[in-house]
Amino acid sequence: MTHPPKSSAAPPPPTGVPTMPAVPPQPSGPSASAASAAYGAPAHNGGASRPVPPVPAEPRRTAFAEGVDRLRAAATTEPGRLRIIGAVLALLVVAFGAVTAWQTADRRTAADDVLHNSQPLSSAAADIYRSLADANTAASSGFLAGGQETPASRDRYEKDIDAAAEGLVQAAANSDPDSPAAATVAELNRLLPEYKGLVERARTYNRQGFPVGGAYLRYANEKMQQEMLPAAEDLYKKENQRLSADYSDATPYPWAAIGLGVLALAGLAWAQHRNYRRTNRVLNHGLVAATATTTVVLLWLVVGHTVARAALDDSYDHGVRSLNVLHDARIASLKARGSENLTLVARGAETVEVDGETFDAYDYDFGQEMNTLGRGLALAENLADDKAGEQPVTSAVGNMAEWKKRHAAARDEDENGDYQAALDRVIGAEGATGECFDSVDANLAKALTHEKAEFAQAAGDGLDAMTGMTVGAAVLAVLGAAGAVLGIGRRLSEYR
Amino acid sequence: MRWRMRGRGLRTGLKGWGGVGAMAVVCALALTFALLLPLFPSGGDGSTGTGGPGLAHGVQARAEGGCTTPEMEAAPEKQTLPPSSADGATIEKIKSRPGEKRKLIVGVDQNSYRWGYRDPNSGEDAVLEGFDIDLVHRIAKDILGDPDAVQFKAIPTDQRIPAIQDGRVDMVVRTMTINCKRLADVAFSAPYFKTGQQVLAPKSSTISGYDDSLAGQRICSAKGSTANAKLVDDQKAGDLVSSAKLKPTVPNQLDCLVRLQLGEADAVVTDGALAASQAAQDPTVELKGEPFTTEYYGVAMKKDADDLVRRVNQVLVDYRKDTANGWQASYDRWLSATLDEDSSTSEPPASPEYLRKS
Repeated sequence: MTHPPKSSAAPPPPTGVPTMPAVPPQPSGPSASAASAAYGAPAHNGGASRPVPPVPAEPRRTAFAEGVDRLRAAATTEPGRLRIIGAVLALLVVAFGAVTAWQTADRRTAADDVLHNSQPLSSAAADIYRSLADANTAASSGFLAGGQETPASRDRYEKDIDAAAEGLVQAAANSDPDSPAAATVAELNRLLPEYKGLVERARTYNRQGFPVGGAYLRYANEKMQQEMLPAAEDLYKKENQRLSADYSDATPYPWAAIGLGVLALAGLAWAQHRNYRRTNRVLNHGLVAATATTTVVLLWLVVGHTVARAALDDSYDHGVRSLNVLHDARIASLKARGSENLTLVARGAETVEVDGETFDAYDYDFGQEMNTLGRGLALAENLADDKAGEQPVTSAVGNMAEWKKRHAAARDEDENGDYQAALDRVIGAEGATGECFDSVDANLAKALTHEKAEFAQAAGDGLDAMTGMTVGAAVLAVLGAAGAVLGIGRRLSEYR
Repeated sequence: MRWRMRGRGLRTGLKGWGGVGAMAVVCALALTFALLLPLFPSGGDGSTGTGGPGLAHGVQARAEGGCTTPEMEAAPEKQTLPPSSADGATIEKIKSRPGEKRKLIVGVDQNSYRWGYRDPNSGEDAVLEGFDIDLVHRIAKDILGDPDAVQFKAIPTDQRIPAIQDGRVDMVVRTMTINCKRLADVAFSAPYFKTGQQVLAPKSSTISGYDDSLAGQRICSAKGSTANAKLVDDQKAGDLVSSAKLKPTVPNQLDCLVRLQLGEADAVVTDGALAASQAAQDPTVELKGEPFTTEYYGVAMKKDADDLVRRVNQVLVDYRKDTANGWQASYDRWLSATLDEDSSTSEPPASPEYLRKS
């Protein structure tokens, strides 16, 4: 392993230095020979006669290195040091102001989106779902009635379709053209007229007394259940994701700004302490002003953000969560109503087997959906934080209990083979389950209105707490930086 | 310089190990394949073995189960029990249903115009009516003494046999063709109607019947219907042009008319009786060509409900004899407009044979 060093010693010296007198200079030799040896080697090497600099040429220096050198040079004198300190302090304060302005602007935009954009869109998507499902239920109820549909059910259907179309226009206007939400909206926009066409054909044939009208309605129902409602649910989920994303953009603490603020304050404190040590003067007006403005901005930032955050969290906990739970409950009640109707339309045609027992498929779905509704209402009752929010939910719970009771009676009639009596108990005028469903729906609508107001109030408070922060931070930071520069400048002037 | 040498040694070492490692990987892969390969072909063989020919065997075996001799196969509608008015276990059970539930539970259709349907303009809300429904009322009157002692259940085409087997209904009166395959699963009454498969298409269509004009066309049929089974079998046997597409399949024959009108299908194949009902609802479609099969409708019941089968056969005998309120009156009321003034082509055999032994 020691070969390389050895071998490197062994080979003869490079051809450049072959002349005997050159190595080593003999003390006995004439001085001329020593002189010739000293100049001989370069002459041999390149044959050039120009003088060689004593040190090898330095590589080109970077601006940074030069700056460092200059700083180092400056740091050796007190005025130089003061200049550096002044520059660093001003920079820190300005950076603090800039980052604060940037981070608060971001959060304010997100909070504004929560209040004015994503939450309304999420609610709008839930309304689209509701309108579509309700339209479908109204259409199938009309068919169930056997004869021609009543003006009431027709009105309801038309109103729902209009509401859905309006909601889709709004959703389309508020979604980015290439977003997945926009694709879903386009899909729904394509399906809605198709669905409406099928229902219209069903009506026409129904008027002529042909059962093919019922077949059209089944086809329309299939389209709604298998394509449109899943798409609407998807849209609702996407809008909710956007809402959550906006919340998580609006609420995190602006750590970068806070860190820079603390650093700026520490720098200012250190500079004043140094000043005191060197001059025994306690106060430097400029630096004190800089410290004051920086402190104000930092406090404003922390307190303002904390307040805004608390309000936004409140709007989420008491607004959005309640709204989501209520929307889900409303959707569950709609689905349950749809299943209840289909139980009678299908007349026992479809069954499901659960744990070895056979159930009517639609009645089984009805039970499942009522359970979801029950859970949703219980949760909404828990989440409601005041009397006004709790009251409609409590009423809805009562409506639901009555609904279940009437539904059981209707099922008994149907099981006994009295289809007409069962039908009367479901879509009849008085004492039918339809009344209960309508009451549940109306109470949930009331609760939703209340929670929407609560949400808007809390989120608005949060937004207000952020008001002016961006501009204020920027202006104060500039003032602070100016103060720091002036303060240091005053000390500097003592050296002139 | 020491580290450099060691580095070189390490690198050559690595090279060596790389070779060994590569070989190890190859070996492991080979072993994996060796272990897994037998699984794949055996799985594939298994599925084709049981799914392909096996299934065909199954169908054949079941067909044989329903009809054991060529004579039976030629006339499955004769495989029923002689009529009798005696009550047996099944009828006793129906009669002993308590209170409100003392009803005959019957699977019917509510989408077959003039057979079993709800007329939105009839004034009464949810009353089912039609040729099949008349027969149901007659059976209920005979067994329970009340023509309205019936609980109707609407059954999709492919649910008729499961509904009987699961006991969800006592019987199915729903334009159901008697055939060997079904005889293996349920018992049939004597035939009460004669029909045959027919093609329905728009009047403007080039389709001329059950022939090569169906090439490349989409043919709609109901899932679980005799029409669908016939189409699949014929295409397999080469009797139906192979480019005809047997889609869509729908829950009910009437859904085919919807598909036809929406341009999602080019033709419908269903029983002539039902095809006529469809044509009656849309003046732009018509029956194309003659019926290409001969089929009989029967009342389907549970396989072991012998007393009920005999009783229904007795009802049918009386129903045919009753000229005032029986078969003929029902035909005239519901079907003469859509089928033919003359009911002779639809009449079941005047003196049905009862050849079922077991």
